[in-house]
Amino acid sequence: MSGRCYDLIVIGAGIIGASCADAAAAEGLRVAMVEPGPIGGGATAAAMGHLVAMDDDPAELALARYSLQQWESFAELPEAEFSRCGTLWVARNEAEARVIPTRIARLAAADVEAHAIDAQNLYELEPSLAPGLHGGLLVPREAVVYPPRMARYLVQRAQSHGAVLFAGRTAKQLGRGTATLDDGTQLSGPVLVATGCALPALLPQLPMRARKGHLVITERYPDVLHHQLLELGYADSAHGDADSSVAFNVQPRPTGQILIGSSREFSATDAAVSPAMVQRMLARAFEFMPVLRDLQALRTWTGFRPTTPDGRPYLGAVPGEAEQWVAAGHEGLGVTTALGSAGLMLDLILGRTPAIDPAPYAPSRAVI
Amino acid sequence: MTARFDVLVVGAGPAGLAAAQAAASHGARVGLLDAQPRPGGQVWRHDVRKQAPRAAVAAMQQTAAAGVEFLAQHQVVAAEPHGLLVETPQGARHVHYGALILASGARELLLPFPGWTLPGITGAGGLQALVKQGWPIAGKRVAVAGTGPLLLAAAATLRAHGAQVLGIFEQAPAAAVNAFARQLLHWPARAVQAISLRARLAGVPYRFGSIVRSAHGSEHDNHKLCAIEIEDTRGRHRLECDHLAVGYGLLPNVELAQLLGCALAYGTPEYASAHPHVIVDGLLRTSVADVYAAGEACGIGGLAAARVEGLIAGHAAAGATDAAIALQPRRAKERRFAALLAKHFALDSRVHDLAAPQTMICRCEDVSLSALDGFIDARAAKLATRCGMGACQGRICGSALAEIGRFTRSGARPPLFPIRLSTLAQAEVAPPLSDEYRGH
Repeated sequence: MSGRCYDLIVIGAGIIGASCADAAAAEGLRVAMVEPGPIGGGATAAAMGHLVAMDDDPAELALARYSLQQWESFAELPEAEFSRCGTLWVARNEAEARVIPTRIARLAAADVEAHAIDAQNLYELEPSLAPGLHGGLLVPREAVVYPPRMARYLVQRAQSHGAVLFAGRTAKQLGRGTATLDDGTQLSGPVLVATGCALPALLPQLPMRARKGHLVITERYPDVLHHQLLELGYADSAHGDADSSVAFNVQPRPTGQILIGSSREFSATDAAVSPAMVQRMLARAFEFMPVLRDLQALRTWTGFRPTTPDGRPYLGAVPGEAEQWVAAGHEGLGVTTALGSAGLMLDLILGRTPAIDPAPYAPSRAVI
Repeated sequence: MTARFDVLVVGAGPAGLAAAQAAASHGARVGLLDAQPRPGGQVWRHDVRKQAPRAAVAAMQQTAAAGVEFLAQHQVVAAEPHGLLVETPQGARHVHYGALILASGARELLLPFPGWTLPGITGAGGLQALVKQGWPIAGKRVAVAGTGPLLLAAAATLRAHGAQVLGIFEQAPAAAVNAFARQLLHWPARAVQAISLRARLAGVPYRFGSIVRSAHGSEHDNHKLCAIEIEDTRGRHRLECDHLAVGYGLLPNVELAQLLGCALAYGTPEYASAHPHVIVDGLLRTSVADVYAAGEACGIGGLAAARVEGLIAGHAAAGATDAAIALQPRRAKERRFAALLAKHFALDSRVHDLAAPQTMICRCEDVSLSALDGFIDARAAKLATRCGMGACQGRICGSALAEIGRFTRSGARPPLFPIRLSTLAQAEVAPPLSDEYRGH
């Protein structure tokens, strides 16, 4: 059984598991990865890949800041398809614009550069926006990446450092320092569960809900959109608890395509594209960018965001279990915070002092 | 804009025309929808030079006389509860139905080989369609290659429009084609058809066991096709030409059926296929209630099978089960002919290995064959390489990869074709069902 003993067994090779496996292998740990489907085939594949600092929760902001610094090292990596388009938050009126100074201050405290934009400036940056908007908030250094290719890159890099991938395999059961796969293979070593929405199958004690989202991508229109655009009310949709919501959120892909989001639904459990949600989401997008109406839509898809009761990920030891760790539940920020999450996990696993305070993400908070 | 029909037929080729006419003959309100401006489908596509075949004219006249409403330039983009979301030049439209007949036809199987993306190379049926629409071919040197009787039909059209057809290069071996020709004695009408086609192609070499291995572009003329390399029983030789029309037979269009949730199968117990067709019963009902399929969508069967299946589906969808059952023996006979075609024109394994590592597989997203090495399913390959993410949504590369044994195509998602975002935003939310147009 010599080949079946590891320093860390990472279950799930989405962007979170891939980042953790890569970080562990780079530290010289003997790593196993277990993934039943394609690498980055779950929420990672469905994600927009927007690297964005959300500042309404200080803990999320600390994790995002830590992670965004690490993303910079991949800015030139072809597989990341890193494109520094910047984020432009759009205010429809003066009332919406009132939060801008507060947000600039919070972002500045986290070393994230941001500027207020007046109406004239807004239309210079994005001439296709609907007339009558008030202004906005520009975060110029933010970027977009292509998450499934990045996850694949990280898995391959982990493999080049000796990590072993159990592809097409599902972890059926966890024991004390063991994981049993669906083909009966027994792996021994500390286990890190990074299975996102599938977390309850292995760790039912940690509540997790799947929050469905829709996206639409267009054909190539390289001159229509230049920044990732979001409405300033986006956080109300992302961090609110409404059963369903939509927000204006569009992204210029490096291919010249435009990716249009976003929707959030708690009660929808099937992966089918819902015409009603697509309709709501597009209606919202047309309000901000009427020019979208006449562009050609190429594909639509859905995905599920792993969502914890308080919206923060579980990062740390599984409560009451020895040698079991969890990194899951990043909602819509998994790509942004993956690298930071992996750094934090490795520090915790290796008994080092983490670069950021781990307490807000401790899984024990969810267990009553 | 919303329309409602008792029976809605998708696809106005021979199967769809027959289905619409049969359904209307029982008093049903019938809509016949097609993406093209005129009915006829691929095989009866309007020719700017030539009169339509008598059968085609008759079928179109009969459907018009029966009161069938022809919905021209209607591209189906999404399925709704008992309805379809359609894009027209005037915008989005919802078309609702009591029963739906899928007569979505077939498309050509294009297989990648070194040079296949050069300007001057098209599908065999593809070039035939272009030429019928007035694309200039007179005086051009054209090689026709691939497999099946379609090559003869394409070559005849090209010649009628003034092309110099250099040869027809059929991949099936001579023994198989001769065995097929002998079987034609049991289908006299088809024998006559074949003889008349050959007569129109007098002087054009018809070579068997021949495949196009590679195509070469001119260094002076924008890399336009200038020569092909052909491999036959005697070895390899070079042929200079201006155009290459190459098609490896047909495969069923099943994307709408997939979207509706109809059960699919790959080939028959006798002949496996890498490409799915819609499963139907004796009344041409699919696995989804009130949805029927006829013609090539149920497996490549040719014109005669499509016409009789159209009639059966039309009768059945209008509730005239007896009329449908009466046609079943005819259908069985035509399907036997289809099986013959599949058997004698089966693809030589050589055509599966034509693509080189650097040969482009996905033209929409510029993905080469070697970029797909190591992937065992279409979705993983797509996520990592974008193969199949482009405007054709994998209709070309996905089918080619399935044929050459890499992996099967992923399922269909709306929109089935690229559509305006404003159309997508009008997708129907609530099912506007009422009993008044459900019953028949």
